[in-house]
Amino acid sequence: MGAKAYLSFEQVGMSFRRGTHASEVLRDVDLRIGEGEYVSIIGHSGCGKSTLLNIVGGLLKSTTGEVFLEGQVVDAPGPDRAIVFQNHSLLPWLTVYGNVRIAVDKVFGGTKSSKERHDWVMHKLELVQMAQHKDKRPHEVSGGMKQRVGIARALAMQPKVLLMDEPFGALDALTRAHLQDSVMDIHAKLGNTVMMITHDVDEAVLLSDRIVMMTNGPSATIGEVLAVDLPRPRRRLELATDPEYTGCRAAVMAFLYSRHKLPSRAA
Amino acid sequence: MPVVQALKPAAEAGPPIAAAEADVVALPLKRPSLAERCGPVFSAASARVVPPLIVLALLLVVWELLCAQAGSRLPPPSKVLTDTWDFIVDPFYDNGGIDKGAFWHIARSLSRVAVGFALAAVVGIALGVLVGQSTWAMRGLDPIFQVLRTIPPLAWLPLSLAGFRDAQPSAIFVIFITSIWPVIINTSVGVRQIPQDYRNVAAVIRLSWYEFFWKITLPATVPYIFTGLRIGVGLSWLAIVAAEMLIGGVGIGFFIWDAWNSSRISDIIVALTYIGLVGFLLDRLIAALGHVVSRGTSAS
Repeated sequence: MGAKAYLSFEQVGMSFRRGTHASEVLRDVDLRIGEGEYVSIIGHSGCGKSTLLNIVGGLLKSTTGEVFLEGQVVDAPGPDRAIVFQNHSLLPWLTVYGNVRIAVDKVFGGTKSSKERHDWVMHKLELVQMAQHKDKRPHEVSGGMKQRVGIARALAMQPKVLLMDEPFGALDALTRAHLQDSVMDIHAKLGNTVMMITHDVDEAVLLSDRIVMMTNGPSATIGEVLAVDLPRPRRRLELATDPEYTGCRAAVMAFLYSRHKLPSRAA
Repeated sequence: MPVVQALKPAAEAGPPIAAAEADVVALPLKRPSLAERCGPVFSAASARVVPPLIVLALLLVVWELLCAQAGSRLPPPSKVLTDTWDFIVDPFYDNGGIDKGAFWHIARSLSRVAVGFALAAVVGIALGVLVGQSTWAMRGLDPIFQVLRTIPPLAWLPLSLAGFRDAQPSAIFVIFITSIWPVIINTSVGVRQIPQDYRNVAAVIRLSWYEFFWKITLPATVPYIFTGLRIGVGLSWLAIVAAEMLIGGVGIGFFIWDAWNSSRISDIIVALTYIGLVGFLLDRLIAALGHVVSRGTSAS
């Protein structure tokens, strides 16, 4: 972990209390993410990946430990940690443009003029190739397009860290591949720091600089961290036979399916 | 390009070929006649209109047969029509006092409903949002609402007459208290049903309480609010007729009571028809309004 700590997790733990019964979901999560780094968190369902992301996003408060962003303790949600939600979470009564604009108006209302905010929204929509659909409502566009708008909305907040919670999980394989390429392009252009939750091994290897592998819950923690030393830009076709790619893929598979396979679900 | 060039001579040679094969492709495609083109639309409309018309005609025939013989207590439809023809064709006459055309009676009833229902909508939505957003308010108010909403509209009338000491505000109060409950209950359910996703988005972009109310709560709740308003407007139309029978003056409710006291049974039947049609239109009006306002608010 040579990268300078930009986003850091210090002994983060999380327990949910229901009545007298407390269940520990996360324990002793230590991680440092450098500026501009693309980090994926991978693990089986129920390992607390999304909980970890929600703690960074400020939607949940960790029971122990702290998360620091540029040295500041994270304790509330905010646009500097924009989230791309798994189910896109667009507001159905607003247009594609309106969904991005509401965030831009709120974040840049004091610093940009109305014209600048409009241009800013259009620029982000162009970045995700949704500018020509700006006047449609969410129910009029496909699932992949909705997620593009979700990404545009998050990018429009100019976040210090872009948090993505299984952003492609609900999409079919072809749409997913298309969107992954878009995200790689955007990451190359803007150099955002990204933390992405996924359960797709290929996706993790293709997109990430580092892959953080989580052990199974309860009391999940970081099992291994794997650096992916593949040059960018990466092209999925060429990578299919690349030894570094296949090696990384094998390492993650070995972690998930032999050392940390779900004991209760041997199916 | 080569394909287009290859096709061109053939296209130019079109007419002679067509002429040569004239006996095969003699007739151009017949333009569909007006009846054929309008057919689907027409049959769809007639499928909805014809059955109720047939049933209505049958009911009128049965009614005519039942009431046609001498000594019948209720008039047959033919007699209703002849008795009330002047009243039906001139709804705008005004001979002073309560001797007015149907339009004036209905307009006065509608104006009472408009005031009472508008108050109920504003107060009901506000209380519904409060009950939906605050668990404490829900626990405190919901049991009280559940008891109050079962009180029949007219049971409120003596109390409101005692309070207001005037017929007009009392009637409006009865409308208000009758139609407010479905608005409160549906609005509060709508507010409680706002998806966590929207709350998360609002948290990330840091909407204030005020902005959350205008930009998330209201648009997300609009379909529920209109369900409540639609039930409410129906109830208020039910209540106004009963209330007007008691308070008197101009209004379709007292018109019926007055007609009964002067044994004008045919007038009662016409008034009932008008009340039913107006109630139906009110329901459709709120439904259409809700459809326009809540356009695109259904989650997808």
